[in-house]
Amino acid sequence: MNKIAHLVRRLNLGSTVALLILVAIWLAPTIGLLITSLRPNEMAQTSPWWDAFLNPLSTVWTLDAYQHSLQSGMLDSLINTFAITIPATILPLMIAANAAYAFTFLDFKGKEVYFAVLVGLLVIPVQSSLLPVLRGMVWFQKTFHIPLTGTYASAWVVHSAFALPLAIYIFRNYMMTLPKELIEAAKVDGATSYQIFWQLVLPMSIPSIASFAIFQFLWVWNDYLIAFIFVGEQKPVMTYRLLRLLGQFGQGWRDVAAGSFISLIIPLIVFFSLQRYFVRGLLAGSVKG
Amino acid sequence: MGDIVFAIVAIVIGIAASYGLFGLLNFLLSLLPARIYQKNSWLAFLTPAAVLVILVLVMPLFQTVIWSFKDKGVKEWVGFKNYVNIFTDVHFLAILLNNFLWVLVVPAVTVAIGTIVATLTNQVGPTLEKIFKSLIFMPMSISFVAASTIWAYFYAYTPPGRPVIGLLNAIVGWFGIGSQPWITIDQGRLNSFLLMAVLVWLQVGYAMVVISAAIKAVPEETIEAAQLDGANAWQLFAGIVLPQIWGTVMSVFITVLILVMKIFDIILAMTRGNFTTGVLALEWYNRFFVDSNLGSASAVVTVLVILIAPLMWLQINTARQQEILR
Repeated sequence: MNKIAHLVRRLNLGSTVALLILVAIWLAPTIGLLITSLRPNEMAQTSPWWDAFLNPLSTVWTLDAYQHSLQSGMLDSLINTFAITIPATILPLMIAANAAYAFTFLDFKGKEVYFAVLVGLLVIPVQSSLLPVLRGMVWFQKTFHIPLTGTYASAWVVHSAFALPLAIYIFRNYMMTLPKELIEAAKVDGATSYQIFWQLVLPMSIPSIASFAIFQFLWVWNDYLIAFIFVGEQKPVMTYRLLRLLGQFGQGWRDVAAGSFISLIIPLIVFFSLQRYFVRGLLAGSVKG
Repeated sequence: MGDIVFAIVAIVIGIAASYGLFGLLNFLLSLLPARIYQKNSWLAFLTPAAVLVILVLVMPLFQTVIWSFKDKGVKEWVGFKNYVNIFTDVHFLAILLNNFLWVLVVPAVTVAIGTIVATLTNQVGPTLEKIFKSLIFMPMSISFVAASTIWAYFYAYTPPGRPVIGLLNAIVGWFGIGSQPWITIDQGRLNSFLLMAVLVWLQVGYAMVVISAAIKAVPEETIEAAQLDGANAWQLFAGIVLPQIWGTVMSVFITVLILVMKIFDIILAMTRGNFTTGVLALEWYNRFFVDSNLGSASAVVTVLVILIAPLMWLQINTARQQEILR
């Protein structure tokens, strides 16, 4: 008896119950859509999802919606999303790590001012520069006859540029914690800045680079606006297709539901397998007062 | 299949080119005499980032401000006409009010729920804490568009006579209230508040994680001392823990605030700005992609930038302070 009382006290019943209720509220909308995506179309139209949730055994479950969704374009969109996301994650990391190195270990005129500008740019909404960039690209492809808009490359460039302020900021914060003596010693031994960066600073900065990579991956994967403006319907990404589906309810909820979950699978895998690094990145990025 | 091959080839070429770029820049600089190279090697590291930021962020920002003083096709100067037009437009003033409501509600509610969850999860033992946190945190990985889909289904309306499939309508149904087309009800801005719930749902996980880390950093001794003095749970939280995590709570508040000011996708996906739910960033989108009015779209986004600018100053200041602390 005593043991049980002790256990209950340790579990802190009140907090546990409160959290259980909260988690139920947090998950209910997602579970509803998930169940709908797994039911036959006519059932999804005529009976609510909680009927299936409460009677899982007497319900017909099917993956038809997923098959239909993949065949009617979602698979192409999955490929497009990958093709945009992977380079748009790796390119800014490279560029930002180089820049952060210059900001941390090299001396040049106006360093503080440039860095302040960069921190200021963290706040500027992307909308304020997208249309001039689009115009610039259209002008470029008319002049040089190299297609830009509607290609993956245009999204890589824009995503990379918008990631730079935060990436440089996070990397610099991390690089400042690296032992200065080590770099000084390498300098004395006659190593060039280029060698110090590639052989010392970059390998030591891997933890912060990894957590930012997860961040940027999710950000690009989940983006709608940049993909819509620069790639558009020529190579539609998943958010693009999902938004179109959501606009035409004639299709019924089931296809929208399946499309949503196809777009969610990869971020959820990334999230649950790399949660630790993701959290570390969040904590590094938050400016503590 | 061809698509996949094309995508992979494009990825490899793109990444290889970027690695090559830094090598090439360094090589070109190293051709200079040793002394000059030593002094200017920073150029090789910084130039690619600087070029991208200037070409894609800074110059376009100024271009947008210039365009806001031009006409529809940004050919003729029109002075302040775009600004006069938007600020005398009742529709636009309603949008400003919406933005104001979002800013007022979402950061405060997100931080409050985040703090509560962080405090509760701190008391249930490591295993349960991990599970609860993961589940509350999970929406962070979801796109705004997918989140909107999930919640649009939660709010879904079916006309009378057909089976109710939206959970919210089922819940109010148990209280004897008929099905409501929630998203279209703009009395008291009800629909805007329902859209805000989506963002709170997405962001509470972030607030929880950061605030939870701060709570765990609170020194045990301060809590034990208060316990010895006979403080109850609330006194412990309000008097001992909260003051020590206040800096973190404020930083989370500001991060969410910046996000809220730019809020866009959720409203686009759920209402396209209809039923008086519009906000600034979406109005920019509609003015260009629906009305094809580049001048007026630029004016709208310039207003947004001006409203956000004070936060920019705040951000630079906190970054400076952090530097001094180091």
